[in-house]
Amino acid sequence: MKQKIQSMREAIEAKLSSVATTAELREIRSVYLSRTGEIPALMKQLGSLPKEERPEAGKYINEFKNWATERIEECEATLAAKELAERYEREAVDITMPAESRPMGALHPVTLVRDELVRIFSGMGFVVYDGREIEDDYHNFTALNQPEDHPARDKQDTFYVTDDILLRTHTSPGQIHMLETTKPPFKAVMPGRVFRCDDDATHAPMFHQLEGLVIDKGLSLCDLHGLLDTLAKAMFSSDTKTRFRPSYFPFTEPSVEVDVSCMECGGKGCRLCKGTGWIEILGGGVVNRRVIENCGLDPDEWTGLAFGVGMERIAMLKYGLNNIHLFYDGDVRILSQFH
Amino acid sequence: MYLPLSWLRELVELDGIELKTIEDGLFSCGLEVEEKAPVAPDISGVYVGRVKSIERHPDSDHMFVCIVDCGERGSDIQIVTGAQNVHAGDIVPAALDGAHVYGRRKGDDSRAPEVATIKNGKLRGIASNGMLCSGEELGIDDNWYEGASVNGIMMLPKDAPLGADVKTVLGLDDEVWDISVTANLPHCQHVYGVARELAALLDRPLHTPDLSYTPVSGRDAGISIRVDAPDLCPRYIGHYVYDVEIKKSPELIRRRLHMCGINAINTIVDITNYVLVEMGQPMHAFDLNNVTDHSIIVRRAEQDEKIVTLDEREFTLSPENLVICDAARPVALAGIMGGLNSEITDNTTEVLFEAAKFVRGNIRRTSRSLGQSSDSSHRFEKGVDAYTTGIAMQRALHLIEEFGCGKVGEAHIDVYAEADRKQPCIATTFRAINDVLGIEVPTETITAILSRMNYTLNIDGDSITATPPAYREDIEGSAADLAEDVIKMYGYDHIFPRFMVNASITAGGHNRVQMNTAAFKNCLCAQGFFETINYSFYSTVELDLLRLAEDAPERDAVRILNPLSEKYAIMRTTLVPSLLNVLSTNSKRGNENVRVYEIANIFMPQGNSLPIEKKRFCFALYGKGESFFTAKGVLEELASKFGLSLSYERTTRPFLHPGATAAVKCGKTEVGFFGQLSYEIAGDLDIAQSVFVGELDFDALLDLFSTKLTYAPVSPYRDIHRDLAVVAPESMTCGEIEAVVRSACKSVSEVRLFDIYRGGQVPEGHKSMAFALTFTPEDKELMPEDADKFMAKILKSLEYRLGLKIRS
Repeated sequence: MKQKIQSMREAIEAKLSSVATTAELREIRSVYLSRTGEIPALMKQLGSLPKEERPEAGKYINEFKNWATERIEECEATLAAKELAERYEREAVDITMPAESRPMGALHPVTLVRDELVRIFSGMGFVVYDGREIEDDYHNFTALNQPEDHPARDKQDTFYVTDDILLRTHTSPGQIHMLETTKPPFKAVMPGRVFRCDDDATHAPMFHQLEGLVIDKGLSLCDLHGLLDTLAKAMFSSDTKTRFRPSYFPFTEPSVEVDVSCMECGGKGCRLCKGTGWIEILGGGVVNRRVIENCGLDPDEWTGLAFGVGMERIAMLKYGLNNIHLFYDGDVRILSQFH
Repeated sequence: MYLPLSWLRELVELDGIELKTIEDGLFSCGLEVEEKAPVAPDISGVYVGRVKSIERHPDSDHMFVCIVDCGERGSDIQIVTGAQNVHAGDIVPAALDGAHVYGRRKGDDSRAPEVATIKNGKLRGIASNGMLCSGEELGIDDNWYEGASVNGIMMLPKDAPLGADVKTVLGLDDEVWDISVTANLPHCQHVYGVARELAALLDRPLHTPDLSYTPVSGRDAGISIRVDAPDLCPRYIGHYVYDVEIKKSPELIRRRLHMCGINAINTIVDITNYVLVEMGQPMHAFDLNNVTDHSIIVRRAEQDEKIVTLDEREFTLSPENLVICDAARPVALAGIMGGLNSEITDNTTEVLFEAAKFVRGNIRRTSRSLGQSSDSSHRFEKGVDAYTTGIAMQRALHLIEEFGCGKVGEAHIDVYAEADRKQPCIATTFRAINDVLGIEVPTETITAILSRMNYTLNIDGDSITATPPAYREDIEGSAADLAEDVIKMYGYDHIFPRFMVNASITAGGHNRVQMNTAAFKNCLCAQGFFETINYSFYSTVELDLLRLAEDAPERDAVRILNPLSEKYAIMRTTLVPSLLNVLSTNSKRGNENVRVYEIANIFMPQGNSLPIEKKRFCFALYGKGESFFTAKGVLEELASKFGLSLSYERTTRPFLHPGATAAVKCGKTEVGFFGQLSYEIAGDLDIAQSVFVGELDFDALLDLFSTKLTYAPVSPYRDIHRDLAVVAPESMTCGEIEAVVRSACKSVSEVRLFDIYRGGQVPEGHKSMAFALTFTPEDKELMPEDADKFMAKILKSLEYRLGLKIRS
């Protein structure tokens, strides 16, 4: 028996020393250790030994079985480690190969500007009002204190549908709708499409504005400055400066044009700001009391601030688009740049 | 408007004030200097010289050698000249070494001549240390300086100081600023107006132009003036001038007109133009000999009445147009241009001067509709105040006297409909003015500013009553008017950013619809879609492209009365053509995979009422791997995001593939359609690949969106999966089979077709369809035996209801 075990031990050693795969090893384990394997078979042979030899032989076989199990497991661990190492090596990828993905689309740059403006103003308590695009003369002009003979009412500048119905020329009619339907105090921004009879290198017949309106008590020009200063800093950078200069809109008085320090040169003067250090971005003012009156509110009780910004203009300044017509081109090579 | 600085300085004392201060001051008044153009930017280094001696050049039969005394620039400068008009003792412009002058213009080349640099040198062996200049070389002609157009060297005034810069002597050191004036400041649209504003801003003395004149009695022309349309002509002043001498205006006048881009013509015409630029009042002069019966009638034109204007253009008029007529016929298109029949000629001896206020809207409309305009009409369009109409006439009559070109008659007729119009008086408080501004401008400062701006003030404690000067017609009558004027003068830099300290707290942000719209767009973005924005108008050609029937609802569009062109003549009734054009653009530019969409309004006419505006969502795509089913997948992703359950029904559209078009339904509501674009239209658009397009009613979708998120318990047990293969006739749809499978077993949670096979053992006219079924247990673990039972039930049902057999 001892001899048998000794030769089996040697055979196992020999096999283990040349084993190359875990599959071969499984085979070895099965040959010797499975229920029907050779080592359990030795156990079965115990019965044929003289009774007094059995305990020692049993112990011996057990030791042998433990040894074999240990050796095989040891070998198994080594092999597994080796195979894993090989697998890792085999599976090493060329990390410079192209990615596989479903590319994302993108929002339109005007939507990006709209969303950013809305986000800024939402934080200041502004609701968002989506107004009509086709308006009547009253909301687009008359209620906004636009004089009867104001040039903007010309067929030359405004698209008319009938004598009284027109494509809105600005988002300002939204002011009237808000005033007509909302109990003050309130704050609202009104983004949307506007239309003017203009189509050349720097004008498109359709573009986007965002109107802002605050109706409350005791508002002043300084409050407007604060509001627009916050806007400019959030929109461009925290060191952006704003300045007011006089302007004219029939629906505000005083009216101002708002310039921001040039985002390109920081105010030193460059090509973008034509050497002035300032860039015009929007117009605004203190709401004309006639507008408030027109909407049935008492202008001695309620005051207002209003402003309007051209969203393509902001997008051009922010993203460096240099031609307004690119916004309506639809080429995905343009659109895909605005993630 | 053009503003020559020398003219401005004549009207307002600006000595010792830097140009930068003036520019900034104008800026803060709302008068932005857009361009600063020196009169002679290219000329330099030319000085006044006296020709001390002149001799023939020894080696030339046409050149002369001059010794020129240029005072401190050199008293014995030798200069060779080829000019034949120079004599000893002449005072001439001498360009010395390094000077810049204009080269000779070649032929009738109308481009600006090149600038030449003068250098010391030799001409045929004789040293020449400069050049004597002609008017042309200095860029001027007789209109600037009498004698400048002479062929040869230009002669300077005898008293010009030797060595002085000729630019100073000739007024070439002047500068013209181009100023943009906001629409509410017509009273600043002229040199006097700007001077008045600057005088107030800088607190400097203002020199009002001389308005004095003395009528000379002796002749009465029997002039009558009648205004039949006072609504269009609130004030009309006529004044008689006789013994008129038509001649050249003084040099200063011609120079100033030139600087303002106006050609000098003769005294009478120049006076009207001069007053226009100086006082902002357009004027006209009629040759009275050609004014029938010496009577003027201001009236609306009769239908089809005709007039030939000064520039010999004939116009057919309507009652929309205002005309100035004599007893027989129109003699001027009011405010726009005089008639050829009464123009000033060299033979004119008697003149009727007109200064009038015509309302701006009418002038503008007439000018635009006839396509005729002038400096006068441009000015009227901006607004002229009736007060200035009066003083402008005085100014013109003064200039007649000053130029000695006629006698100012006594006949002065002033038809002034609003003669007793009073300026609105603003009664308010200093508090109210400062409340608009949000700062504390001291009471004295406000008072001083308003006084300088010619308001008549009445102050009592905090109360202030202010009457604006007569030339201000922009004042509406509130504290805001005063606040605006005060802050212009006080300076906008005093306004500081303050964050709405008194304002109420309000809740802001998107409403539900706006939030859903943003989420919808993001969901499309995640699926590789690019948002596009397209014009809201297009042409009927776009509807033709879609092969829409003559009576298709899309053909009933809102039409623009005055479109830019037929291309943009109707408002969109469907977004499909816009998106197809986007695809076409991309395809032509070689972009291979394109997914685009737009969410925008379409418009439906409502007779004379406002059109209905409805939001549509339109998507379109082509590219590798795209199919009807990837397009359908787009909708399914959106549906799952917004809790919608969509169903599809076969339908047709004239522009879509007849076998690949689906109506999209949500419950019982049809919300839109999608499908493959017909090959004919894809061909029209030059797109070789299959195109898929769909349009949905976005308003309806928004109503159906459910964004309420509720937790549904998850089964603790595993799903069981089984495959099912059936052989079905070609006509049977996947949907029919799926419906039967689902109704046969309520544990089926998913039925997914994963393969279709035709041919082989599958009989002709049939297809083999393989489905992956998922069974989801509810309250107990599913055993394989349970799934077997389910499958048996399903098979039985398929056989019973659809006659289908299992593929073995």
